[in-house]
Amino acid sequence: MIEVKDISRSYGEKIILDEVSVTIPKGKVTSLIGSNGAGKSTLLSIISRLLKQNGGTVLLDSRDIEAYKTRILAQHLSILKQANHTDLKLTVRELVSFGRFPYSQGRLTAADEEQVDQAICYLNLQEIAGQYMDELSGGQKQRAFLAMVVAQDTDYILLDEPLNNLDMKHAVQIMKTLRKLCDERGKTIVMVIHDINFASQYSDFIVALKDSRVAFFDTADRVIVPEVLQKVFDMDFKIVETDGKKICNYY
Amino acid sequence: MLTLLLIVVFFLYDLTGNREYVLERRAYRIAALLLVAWSIGYSSLVFQTLTGNRILTPAIMGFEAVYLLFQTVIVFLYGDKTFQVLTESRNFGWSVLMMLGFAMLIYLFVFRREKNNMYFLLLTGLILGTLFTTLSSFVQMLLDPNEFSLAEARIFASFNRMNTALLRYAAGAGGLMLILAVKYHKYLDVLALGREQAISLGVNYKWVTGVFLFIVSVLVSVSTALVGPITFFGILVTNLTYELFKTHRHSVLLPACGLVSSVTLIGGQFLVEHLFNMTTTISILINFIGGVYFLYILLKAKKL
Repeated sequence: MIEVKDISRSYGEKIILDEVSVTIPKGKVTSLIGSNGAGKSTLLSIISRLLKQNGGTVLLDSRDIEAYKTRILAQHLSILKQANHTDLKLTVRELVSFGRFPYSQGRLTAADEEQVDQAICYLNLQEIAGQYMDELSGGQKQRAFLAMVVAQDTDYILLDEPLNNLDMKHAVQIMKTLRKLCDERGKTIVMVIHDINFASQYSDFIVALKDSRVAFFDTADRVIVPEVLQKVFDMDFKIVETDGKKICNYY
Repeated sequence: MLTLLLIVVFFLYDLTGNREYVLERRAYRIAALLLVAWSIGYSSLVFQTLTGNRILTPAIMGFEAVYLLFQTVIVFLYGDKTFQVLTESRNFGWSVLMMLGFAMLIYLFVFRREKNNMYFLLLTGLILGTLFTTLSSFVQMLLDPNEFSLAEARIFASFNRMNTALLRYAAGAGGLMLILAVKYHKYLDVLALGREQAISLGVNYKWVTGVFLFIVSVLVSVSTALVGPITFFGILVTNLTYELFKTHRHSVLLPACGLVSSVTLIGGQFLVEHLFNMTTTISILINFIGGVYFLYILLKAKKL
């Protein structure tokens, strides 16, 4: 369980987050939605200790994240940011191996190697495991980074726009993998996502941010209704139901 | 790797083995060359990893500018009495202290303001460095020609005015830094992935980068105070190392870079001594080759 308590953050005069509190349930997929500048990425960065808050606390399993040793925290929580371009001469397998760093500090044991192999299989990267990162397509790169996070084997996985720049096929692939991680391995997944339909299809809970505050927090089913979305995005929505899943039409 | 080692040995033999007296002097000079080569190679590589940028050297932080200004100002203040007022080792000590003090001031300033941004740090260093360089050119204008030639001797890098006592201090400092660094080497590969990945993988980013910046500062200060500024050397050797050893592993890159820089520096000094008969200085040679190579990297990067 991630408990966010009264988190505030501002850049100079501009307030990005204004005493935001929310409790993200364990073992579920939770999406953060909201328009640009609503503070989604900032909130995610603060939860993942990439950014310091001006006030408030973040509790991970009832313990302040600042009280964790950095190495121990990395065994519980991982973050994948957008724009992971790296020009290092690095093979996919080497990148995935970095996921074991919090445990082995660079010296891989046999158990670590096995975890790495498993993570590679989990994302179907066997065939390109020996290729260099800079030779891969965007979708393959994203999968490689996700494999690293899988190898890190943390209970909590945070993702900042994991679908950015991916075509539909790869986007669906990534989302299905995330869903599988949650369902099969009991991971808690928190992500910032722009495509409301992906949020609707794949998440259990949705946090909607507006004007530096949490506007709505509920199950996906109860957030994806026209009245709520209208308030969050200030535009009209039509919602169609197919196969028991809701699709938003806002075009 | 072995070939590189052989080249080093080759140069060693080529340089020494003439006369007894020369042999001893040259041994010291080679020790100095090796020390400086490893310091600069090591610090440049680490610095590039920290900044995630392959065309930077720690020189951008303004170390050399501080050194230049300090040397110019003391000559300006004391004129031809400089050497009586300030012995070589005290000059060395003060130069190192000034540069370290300068670096620490910038770090404190930048990190206390919660900016915590590497590029902000670099920019601050760059601007102050430029300010100091301009200041020292201004002071140099005021010097009379005799005094200027005194200052000039310090401004250009040279391995000829080596002082054995200084070499011992420098080696001591370098050794200490190496001992301090060994514990943190495992983090370098992860740091190369960038700040966010490093934090996600459980690296105490602020602390580890702080330690490495400190190590880099000490190494650069010591080698600059020892032989003078050699700006492009860092870019030259690190990029040569990346070309030769296509790997991200610092356990390979660090020693490789040390070897490459030793070869380059000893080779360069050899050329200066024997081919150019001391008519030029190694800093001119290195800056020339380094500059050409730098342009080459830029052009190559544009194509990609």
